[in-house]
Amino acid sequence: MGMTMTQKILAAHSGQEKVVVDQLILANLDMVLGNDITTPVAINEFNKLGQCKVFDKTKISLVMDHFTPNKDIKAAQQCKFIREFAREKEIKNFFDVGEMGIEHALLPEKGLVVCGDLVIGADSHTCTYGALGAFSTGVGSTDMACAMATGKAWFKVPAAFKFVLKNKPQGWVSGKDVILHIIGMVGVDGVLYKSMEFCGDGLQHLSMSDRLCMANMAIEAGAKNGIFEVDEKTLEFVKEHSDREPVVYKADDDAEYEKVFEIDLSQIKPTVAFPHLPENTKIIDEVEDIKIDQVVIGSCTNGRLEDLVVAAEIFKGKKVHRDCRVIIIPATQKIYLQAMDMGLLKTFVESGCIVSTPTCGPCLGGHMGILAKGERCVATTNRNFVGRMGHTESEVYLASPAIAAASAILGKIASPDELV
Amino acid sequence: MNVKGNVIKYGDNVDTDVIIPARYLNTSDAKELASYCMIDIDKTFVERVKNGDVMVAGKNFGCGSSREHAPLAIKTSGISCIIAEDFARIFYRNAINIGLPIIESPQAVKSMDDGDVVEVDFDNGEIKNITKNLTFKIEPFPAFIQSIISAGGLVSAVEKGLLGERK
Repeated sequence: MGMTMTQKILAAHSGQEKVVVDQLILANLDMVLGNDITTPVAINEFNKLGQCKVFDKTKISLVMDHFTPNKDIKAAQQCKFIREFAREKEIKNFFDVGEMGIEHALLPEKGLVVCGDLVIGADSHTCTYGALGAFSTGVGSTDMACAMATGKAWFKVPAAFKFVLKNKPQGWVSGKDVILHIIGMVGVDGVLYKSMEFCGDGLQHLSMSDRLCMANMAIEAGAKNGIFEVDEKTLEFVKEHSDREPVVYKADDDAEYEKVFEIDLSQIKPTVAFPHLPENTKIIDEVEDIKIDQVVIGSCTNGRLEDLVVAAEIFKGKKVHRDCRVIIIPATQKIYLQAMDMGLLKTFVESGCIVSTPTCGPCLGGHMGILAKGERCVATTNRNFVGRMGHTESEVYLASPAIAAASAILGKIASPDELV
Repeated sequence: MNVKGNVIKYGDNVDTDVIIPARYLNTSDAKELASYCMIDIDKTFVERVKNGDVMVAGKNFGCGSSREHAPLAIKTSGISCIIAEDFARIFYRNAINIGLPIIESPQAVKSMDDGDVVEVDFDNGEIKNITKNLTFKIEPFPAFIQSIISAGGLVSAVEKGLLGERK
């Protein structure tokens, strides 16, 4: 029996020719990531080990993105604690305000992850880098601490579901709609403990932004990781952003998959996930008049340049609905600059949106757009749990940047096709 | 090891945002985190939880964010053990890594109601619902995970060389 892409990467990083499902392995890590919420807990655990040095100063990334620019004194103390640790341990990839971006947009942009890497991060959306043909998965702070000390982590080799993508997405359909469609189909625990492997002819019609968005939300189906077959687009992206040599792992023809799904991309419609689970999906045609109070376009899921281009295209020459507040958050400083150069930020501000510095902020109800009781928000983010963006009686509807922008203009959940 | 306490029961897909909302994540102080534990799903939890109580839940417990603050808040609140139909994988890892006992047992979960008295006997691999006079077998952990638990968590396991040599 052959191996899946994930299994091949795990085998290569644990010095074995072959691994099998449920096998426990100890693997070498190419990158260990933490943010301003999870790293302080990791530093406390790291210090318990009584070890002076980290395993490799170049293979740790610390990104101050959740509560930054610091929202309150406690958040500022947390960042200060990390900053001092990063200086003392001479961590090369420490990204503070001015240089930082939302971690999962930032690491691929900085070329810190390439095809074939094995990455763990103390952030559940670390699975994003599967778009680059890497194995990456979220862990907690104690795993991060021990990884900073040893450069290793333990894994149980996962079984896998294969998603064969076919044909070309139509109209306003983006990677976000595809992944929401899939989560709606399999459920929030549908792929629990397993890999999601994406392949097929349809891949050629999905941009790297689409793929990063889809891999990002693998965790919302309970998956351990989501990984895309590497093609020319992946290699071009990696070459453009990194000097490191990509290592391409392709699944064996006889690799074992517990389930195989064929997804006809041409049949997928713009999709919205209703409160309070990402699996509560409806296609836009089924959505009745739902008035909204806020729109957020950003996050590690949909804060990339391509997302902003789509939104700006819809906002151009139009005004935000008077009952709606719109917050646009370019995910990194580079994206911010590019959006500025392209005139996108001007379009947003002229339409009545605000543009924020990169931050995870409102996605997790941290700051920069918290919802009051009874308020509704259309967000391009990844979770719509109870209280996720504020009051426990507020509601978050997950959608693509196109749906979010059209909804902002009409003051209700809507498709760009409804704009005249 | 034995634990005994009252059942505090929740449903499916209890996510880490309701266990410990992000607005309280500007600290890593375990006691402070525990004072907000479960606040967005159950405002009475902090008042009614007693040392030794057992949290029981449906499927996919701890889904969502990787925040270790969630198992830490639960452990520090006095909960001795979580029994669920199954767990989201990062929560599962985190609980083992910080030494919070967790058990997957759909049958035991189905038998239990809020307020039942249960006893978990880890040495003999049994969950006893004393109120209902029912006993359930616990599936043993794989040996490697058992060794992390026996060491008292991942940090102690690393100190003992379980993850190989340190740099």
